Amino acid sequence: MLIKGALVVDPAQALEAPMDLLLADGKIALLSPPGTIPGEGRRVVEARGLVLTPGLIDMHVHLREPGEEYKETIETGTRAAAQGGFTAVAAMPNTSPVNDTASVSRYIREQAAAAGLARVYPVAAISMGSKGESLSEFGDQKEAGAVAVSDDGKPVMNSMLMRRALEYARTFALPVISHSEDLELRGRGMMHEGRVSLILGLKGIPAAVEEVMVFRDLALAGLTGARLHIAHVSTAGAVELIRRAKAAGLKVSAETAPHYFSLTDAAVIGYDTNAKVNPPLRGAADLAAITEGLRDGALDAIASDHAPHSTLEKDLEFEAAAFGLIGLETSLGLSLKLVHEGVLSLSQLIAKMSLNPARILGLAGGTLAVGAPADLTLIDLNREWTVDVGKFASKSRNCPFHGWTLKGRAVMTVVGGKIVSSEQ
Amino acid sequence: MEFRHKDLVAIADLSAGEIHLILSTAASLKEISRRPIKKVPTLRGKTVVTLFYEPSTRTRMSFEIAAKRLSADTLNLTVAASSAVKGETLADTAHNLEAMQPDLLVIRHYASGAPSYLAGKLRCGVVNAGDGLHEHPTQALLDLLTVQEAKGRLDGLKVAIIGDIAHSRVARSDILAFSKMGSQVTVAGPATMLPPFLSDLGVQVTYSLEEAVAGADVIMMLRLQLERMGQGFISTLREYSQHFGLARRHLELAKEDAIIMHPGPLNRGVEISPEVADGAHSVILEQVTNGVAVRMAVLYLLIGGEKT
Repeated sequence: MLIKGALVVDPAQALEAPMDLLLADGKIALLSPPGTIPGEGRRVVEARGLVLTPGLIDMHVHLREPGEEYKETIETGTRAAAQGGFTAVAAMPNTSPVNDTASVSRYIREQAAAAGLARVYPVAAISMGSKGESLSEFGDQKEAGAVAVSDDGKPVMNSMLMRRALEYARTFALPVISHSEDLELRGRGMMHEGRVSLILGLKGIPAAVEEVMVFRDLALAGLTGARLHIAHVSTAGAVELIRRAKAAGLKVSAETAPHYFSLTDAAVIGYDTNAKVNPPLRGAADLAAITEGLRDGALDAIASDHAPHSTLEKDLEFEAAAFGLIGLETSLGLSLKLVHEGVLSLSQLIAKMSLNPARILGLAGGTLAVGAPADLTLIDLNREWTVDVGKFASKSRNCPFHGWTLKGRAVMTVVGGKIVSSEQ
Repeated sequence: MEFRHKDLVAIADLSAGEIHLILSTAASLKEISRRPIKKVPTLRGKTVVTLFYEPSTRTRMSFEIAAKRLSADTLNLTVAASSAVKGETLADTAHNLEAMQPDLLVIRHYASGAPSYLAGKLRCGVVNAGDGLHEHPTQALLDLLTVQEAKGRLDGLKVAIIGDIAHSRVARSDILAFSKMGSQVTVAGPATMLPPFLSDLGVQVTYSLEEAVAGADVIMMLRLQLERMGQGFISTLREYSQHFGLARRHLELAKEDAIIMHPGPLNRGVEISPEVADGAHSVILEQVTNGVAVRMAVLYLLIGGEKT
């Protein structure tokens, strides 16, 4: 397949220029100036006016399979990924059963291969059952394809176990992903603690719930020399802690999610359970700090924390509703706003949605360099579209952005040289 | 002025004008309760269902008496929280009740926002009789009526609310209500019970009972939930009542004609001393009487007349 005339943006090669791209045998075969690769006998995709990037990678999603297939399956979740422009996702381990044994990782990869829509990289549980008591088999999990360890959905409350996890993960060169939350301090908190929580009478989750654990895990990363990745950063204080840790030379990376730079706690007014998410939507100052963290590099990656729930978990009084929102099909559109508003260059954004996740997790993709996997995303930067949950490929509809008008979307997604989603 | 709401869910949704309308309606309906035959046919043929997910004696009774004095039929359903957890969802329960064609559903629920959630789903009106830590709008309205009767006005007053503001839906509704009507609210309590961001609501915050009641026209004492002790909000009842219990000596700091209020039920000797609760400044029982009048007004304005 030959893709002609697109503006190629590949931060790994510091490339942002019109180029033609030839794919062969599932790999990038040739990248060269427009018109220099003959199209005869080849499938040609005319991509003038579009942007061609390395396949987007969402390093934090919940696919719900095995165990909660009524919310999402690997097939529907990866279809949502493909439709949203993502060629690869990292699947968090809080399934049922928890992904705490290699057989679960193998099952996930088999299901993903059968669906053939996006690469799925399992994240293995830190502790058995994510109960925070004993370590799972990191070595076996790595052999089965796990790319990181995390008890995401829950913190590792026991600091000694977290220390051991960081040390043990070093043995197998696996990054540890921290879900930073002090459960005792959170108590029964349901939304960001601020003026809105006061008025709504909903128990608050102060920013300190996240920050004390970010601080602990940064300290433990310093102690152990392990590679630490902070998931779903939501507060100004956490951004600053990470910024300082990086300046001090720690091997730490961090991600945030589009909802943390697109919404504040005001979205909860009216008790909208689609705006109930953990960490919670924060205040305006946090939103500004997250945006600045993306700009100055304190935050390396944008990941959706795609968390499907059915109406059984969401069409309830706020207190009873589950935390989480879906993001695979809105992540790119929301993030492109940062480019349209001049916060990030296009190349910087693509780094945060492809190259950096690939580097953090040690994945093969993230670049369009010759020889790399033929995973790529074609983006129409200026296409305006309205978010309609009725058109989502995801099984779930818990999206607070329904009805929003976004500018820019993926129009074609290619995995291993195969078109997995296309408007054409 | 017309009352153009299907539901009464929160003081936050009401304008000062609408609050005045409710209060003046309540004042005129109050007389019915003093008649030998305490009943008018205004809501004959209407059905009011009370759905309570939390124990309550006076609020449920007050709504029921209010409905009966206006000749509405009433039906009470009390759901134990434990069976609600096992049983059907709140929405299903409400839809089932609605299928029996009531005109109004009065709900108390332990989850903040439950009445708004139902109001968005049901065609019949919904009245919030207290939801979680959110609001208790009819309590605030009866408090306003009581203050108006005692003071002749609702603006320019100094209102002190003392106690566990963090866990009090009465406090949230009262803060909004008195502020909307032009009075200045001061809250006092131990810092554990004063949620952050209170000052964003235009409220004065102090840790001193004495400071709060100084020059006050209205002193509202909140009930201390005794289980807060085990949860680290206060150390001992003894210390709490010493620092935040209203005693006779505090009355000397307040305005000479200050009134003492309490939403009940009282913890005598904890947040309020018996001689203050029963003293000349106390309007606590008048609040209960006004509760019926205010609820009659709310029922009338929501389902009386031709509107529905």
